[in-house]
Amino acid sequence: MTTSSLTGADASTEVPLKRRLRRAERARQVKALALVLPLLLFLLFTFAGPIAGMLWRAVDDREVRHVLPQTVAALASWDGKDLPNEDAFAALASDIVAARAAGTIAIAAKRLNYALNGFRTILTSTARNLKAAPEPGAAKETLSKINAAWRERATWTTIKDAGGPVTGYYLLSALDLMRNVDGAIIAAPPDQAIYREVFTRTFVISLSVTVLCLLLGFPVAYLLAALPPARSNLLMIFVLLPFWTSLLVRTCAWIVLLQSNGVVNDSLHWLGIIDQPLRLIYNRFGVCVAMTHVLLPFMILPLYSSMKAISPAYMRAAASLGAPPVTAFLRIYLPQTLPGIGAGSLLVFILALGYYITPALVGGAADQMISYFIALYTTETANWGLASALGAVLLLATLLLALVYGKLVQGQQVTGGMKN
Amino acid sequence: MLKRKIGKIALGFTAAFAASAALANVAQARDLTIVSWGGAYQDAQKKVYFEPFKKAAGIAMNDESWDGGVGVLRAKVQGGAATWDVVQVESDELAVGCEEGLFEKLDYSKIGGEAAYIPPSVNPCGVGAILYDFVLGYDKDKLKQAPSGWADFFDTKKIPGKRALRQGPKTTLEIALMADGVAPKDVYKVLATDEGVERAFKKLDTIKGDIVWWKAGAQPPQLLASGEVAMTSVYNGRIDTANKNEKKNFGMVWDGALFTLDSWVILKGSPNKEAAYKFLDFAGKAENQSKLSENISYGTSNKDAAAKLSPAVLKDLPTAPDNIKNAVEINVAFWLENIDRLTERFNKWAAK
Repeated sequence: MTTSSLTGADASTEVPLKRRLRRAERARQVKALALVLPLLLFLLFTFAGPIAGMLWRAVDDREVRHVLPQTVAALASWDGKDLPNEDAFAALASDIVAARAAGTIAIAAKRLNYALNGFRTILTSTARNLKAAPEPGAAKETLSKINAAWRERATWTTIKDAGGPVTGYYLLSALDLMRNVDGAIIAAPPDQAIYREVFTRTFVISLSVTVLCLLLGFPVAYLLAALPPARSNLLMIFVLLPFWTSLLVRTCAWIVLLQSNGVVNDSLHWLGIIDQPLRLIYNRFGVCVAMTHVLLPFMILPLYSSMKAISPAYMRAAASLGAPPVTAFLRIYLPQTLPGIGAGSLLVFILALGYYITPALVGGAADQMISYFIALYTTETANWGLASALGAVLLLATLLLALVYGKLVQGQQVTGGMKN
Repeated sequence: MLKRKIGKIALGFTAAFAASAALANVAQARDLTIVSWGGAYQDAQKKVYFEPFKKAAGIAMNDESWDGGVGVLRAKVQGGAATWDVVQVESDELAVGCEEGLFEKLDYSKIGGEAAYIPPSVNPCGVGAILYDFVLGYDKDKLKQAPSGWADFFDTKKIPGKRALRQGPKTTLEIALMADGVAPKDVYKVLATDEGVERAFKKLDTIKGDIVWWKAGAQPPQLLASGEVAMTSVYNGRIDTANKNEKKNFGMVWDGALFTLDSWVILKGSPNKEAAYKFLDFAGKAENQSKLSENISYGTSNKDAAAKLSPAVLKDLPTAPDNIKNAVEINVAFWLENIDRLTERFNKWAAK
């Protein structure tokens, strides 16, 4: 901002210079904002909005409150120690009769069944057998006769827990935790505790793929950066080729290559190296191979751009000062490629975290990543609360990783951490 | 000067963006859209339902395909302005969607009356389209000895090689119990107990290392064709189509097959309800349904459709008396109650 234009004839002496400066500055900011506004709105509508919606769904819990309003209100004052009093039973009975007429019983039944397996039957059978609201004072007896579950404390604590309007239930489930009858947070039963394992598996597969991409991509990027342009351009086309083929096609190509009677096994058999076909697919090996192939360009491109910027004079200087090639590489070349390594690894790792199609097609049942479960709960069982909670946990973990990366590379600019 | 221009352009952009967003919300009148399961099945439907219907009724319509999932339908209906009218859904999608109010309540008087259809296909929210089976499929050219049922499926000594099953607990646990000697009619009685679930997983343990898990209906025929597996669970129509169209020599075992129904539903708030009813009426007529069975070996919902078929076609249908004799209907109520818990359990088991 220059100040030379501020001594014009129209400059009124009333308004101090400082304020006019601020005004001019503000006008500029508004214009700049107007320029980015379309993009900003677009991002808000298509990116921030849906993510906020997803996070909200992970804690939103209004189904039971909507279907059984009187019961939820009656249980608000219940201490959860013994069975609730007659009023709560009466409230439940009248809610069930009303909900049956409105056809909304199943909505509450579905939500309660997540927390207590079998609740769907309890609620639907009670609704079927409860012809009309019971006599005053006889609600407890009537309901208990229809279904013994109404004499259980756990049945009622489940309703109280699901009373909403917000809940930690889905988020706890996504971390293999649950609340017991007394409301204390405990570990989920072992045969239902799978999500920590799946998150771990997701991170392990992503990390293996990242390491494989780095090991395979580094020499290729070096070659690309070192060759004369004419030849490196040809090579670059090969690197970019996977970008121009559909993910599905590439994954299916790996199935053709790796299956029992596939190209790889047949070749090995023909060469007499193996008698029995190797199991290369529908297991962890197949997933890592296919995902590495798909994600390799994302590693090579950042590496290539950081290597392009390194002057060959550095290595020559190191050699002239007596450094053996290995030392020169480790102390001079490698540190300068660190930003490329960091960017490529982060890109590949975060992309790998969300992979769905490839593990689904070339993995076994023990190789399904978290995306498989998110998809399962989103489309098939329509348990959107749990799907959102799993998504929220994944998002948080990814953000933490990105933050850690940001901290690590801070101050390590193109000098690769070497202080000038 | 230039700055002011840029500002104006930016404002113009903003206005255009806002206008287009507003336009997108305006529901447009559109043709009747019918959604089915794709592949060989939808090709057969095109031939015997969609194209003739367009000609006969003079109604413009188009068809799309989907991969199922009640979540998809929920998103369509709750999002407003759903782009589909008539969808073919599986039995559990029908039950859940009906509970959630995603479908129109059907007026059977417009589609020939309830009496025209077999009882299991009549539902307040949907009308049966086809009856089909999960059968044991194998390649006759590759197996020296034909399997006789699920017990052989688990016998890797008698018939070596890998097996393929659908990933997830549904169908897998039922198959394991039948292989372990549970009679088809008792499968869900046993599976409803904790011991029954244990027993199923114990049986699965015996061939755990030899199982390949499939996810889409198109995979099992490919797994058989490539020799990846010796036997697989598979939709009966896919075996039939592979034999007809790709000159394969696949066989199937009807004993202990699991059958289920798919139904047509009309999505809630469809703007083309009248046209949708006209289509359901057309697709519900016996003479049209019998043509479908001639093209792909699925049973249909109209009571009189089977009578119009030749014995040669009839013997390969899931609804043929010999084929349905020892078959189990997949229990929707059981799976609605237990799918989440058993899916977790299944994945725990798979990861061990």
